[in-house]
Amino acid sequence: MQLTEKLISSFLAFELDTDINSPVHTIRTSAIKKFEELGFPNRKLENWKYTSLNRIIKEDYTVFSKNKNVIDFKKVKEYFIDNIESYKIIFVDGFFDPFLSQTSHDGIDICIMSAALNKKKYSKIINEFFNKSTNSEDSLTSLNTAFSKEGVYIHLPKNTILEKPVEIIHFATGNEAALMLQPRNLIVVEENSEIEIIERHQSLTSNPIFTNCVTEIFAQKNANIDYYKIQNDVISSSLVDNTYISQKNNSDVKVHTFSFGGKLTRNNLNFYQNDKSINSTMKGVTIIDYDQLVDHHTLVHHANPNCESHQDYKGIFSGKSTGVFNGKIIVDKIAQKTNAFQQNNNILLDEKSTINSKPQLEIFADDVKCSHGCTVGQLDQDALFYLRARGIPKKEAKALLTYAFANNVLESVNIPELKHKVKKIIAKKLGVSLGFDL
Amino acid sequence: MLSIDNLHVSVEGKAILNGINLDVRAGEVHAIMGPNGSGKSTLSSAIAGNESYDIDKGNILFKGENIIELAPEERAHKGIFLSFQYPIEIPGITVTNFIKTSINSNLKARGENEMPANKMLKKIRDKAALLEIDSKFLSRSLNEGFSGGEKKRNEIFQMAMLEPSLSILDETDSGLDIDALKIVANGVNKLKNKDNAIVVITHYQRLLDHIIPDYVHVLYDGKIVKSGGKELALQLEEKGYDWIK
Repeated sequence: MQLTEKLISSFLAFELDTDINSPVHTIRTSAIKKFEELGFPNRKLENWKYTSLNRIIKEDYTVFSKNKNVIDFKKVKEYFIDNIESYKIIFVDGFFDPFLSQTSHDGIDICIMSAALNKKKYSKIINEFFNKSTNSEDSLTSLNTAFSKEGVYIHLPKNTILEKPVEIIHFATGNEAALMLQPRNLIVVEENSEIEIIERHQSLTSNPIFTNCVTEIFAQKNANIDYYKIQNDVISSSLVDNTYISQKNNSDVKVHTFSFGGKLTRNNLNFYQNDKSINSTMKGVTIIDYDQLVDHHTLVHHANPNCESHQDYKGIFSGKSTGVFNGKIIVDKIAQKTNAFQQNNNILLDEKSTINSKPQLEIFADDVKCSHGCTVGQLDQDALFYLRARGIPKKEAKALLTYAFANNVLESVNIPELKHKVKKIIAKKLGVSLGFDL
Repeated sequence: MLSIDNLHVSVEGKAILNGINLDVRAGEVHAIMGPNGSGKSTLSSAIAGNESYDIDKGNILFKGENIIELAPEERAHKGIFLSFQYPIEIPGITVTNFIKTSINSNLKARGENEMPANKMLKKIRDKAALLEIDSKFLSRSLNEGFSGGEKKRNEIFQMAMLEPSLSILDETDSGLDIDALKIVANGVNKLKNKDNAIVVITHYQRLLDHIIPDYVHVLYDGKIVKSGGKELALQLEEKGYDWIK
């Protein structure tokens, strides 16, 4: 395959400047070998049964962008959260943009991966955490690791409560006819610390963009992390998002994923509970149309006693769109008193829309509470008539019911300005003005 | 105001109404009574525009205009209100936001401006007080987990907010205890005036002790078999529906 070969042959050039004795070089080298062995995933693999990357990887992507365009803030303002103070880490065509960003080194590190990988003062954290939580058998993760160079680096020391959220945006401008991006992020939140992060991939062009992103998140003892992913990209963009979350005791990590855009979006969201009394929450709202595809593959590995996980994913599918939900829960033999909850509800608005929903529970402990539920239906016709009989036009009534359906996921968004933003995106997506609020 | 002429309605090919004639003028209260399965709810659904009901023959004129081709929301915009026998539970939408959306949709359709927030709030407070509705109730999800009585009271609250020309109360008394029944009936009576009309659909006479009808019609087997004054309701209570057949 062309792209596969292009990537493998690019690796030597990519590594030319790296010190061959550095640990990162060893990690990258073994990662490219793994990718060479596995190649891109195909539909013969159980995990990729419903999602084919063929139509994405056939493009002739530039794998290292040589230059980037300059972006005027006014033109991209709409992609930031309004009326909110935040740290900002902004990338344009894979390069860090210092003008749009607002980073920090003031006791906390909210900066970039290229600095963290190259500067001595970060080597302790890099050696301890970089590539320590990823699945080295995963081909796309390996591919990202091989080319890991730029992305977000956040290190929050003990007892730090970050007052402002961090906004991460990866822009693509169309500087190349087709561009592949591979951001690599590392986020380490030490004991008793708290952070809120909003992440977004946004193409500003109709040229094909393929992003293969890896994010490692470490939540140490009592850490609290709220992570929001806004996936509302243009129809020529595709995203494979690989997120690995490793938790220590009493930590609480929540990930909300709002998937409204893009051609193909695949979320591999992995939680590893490496200690006791951990809380892991995954919530998602997917609203797509045309021939869009959104695939959520979640994994929660309960490896210790007294932990909880909650999953709640809502999907609304129009046109010829396809949804996939695969929720894997592993409960190890020692993970007694686990409480694992999983819910996936879907509405199909058109005859040609599809959802493939699969819970996958592997439970080896005997004293656990695990529940899962999945529904597929249409909009409730009686409810629709009820709203219309009160004078609410059909289109608005449908939108209102869609809102209501997604609402309990929106309710747990802790940043009001973000909640407002997401509601606005949903209203736009549904083609109604925000004449109502919820 | 409402003029129904030889109305035939079927559901999934099964004929339910077989030639209904009914005239309701402004300022009047009509009661439609009948045993289960006589077609009472079909009649109310057909007037409100439920698309699951097929109108095979006949016309429904509202303020002189034939409405049988109009969508439910268009009928609402013209001033028709149906109080549902089984109000739908919609988790995720609060009572307040629902009613705001409803009022503003109606205003917009009539080419008027949206109601200012403070005016809306005052109206909600006044009408909630009329029906002795607790303010906490208004921030709950629409009908979700409401008791039968709360649901019906919520329907009449919506009627009070929307101030329709024609209100059809479908089995509003079912699920109400006597105290709630009095509150609801009192609310309806206060909303009644010379310019609007009310059609009460009921199985039992007891609601008619509180909302006094000008006319009573007996529906049987998809037809109005007898019409009379309010005394007809008492006769039905005493003798049952067999007497009419």
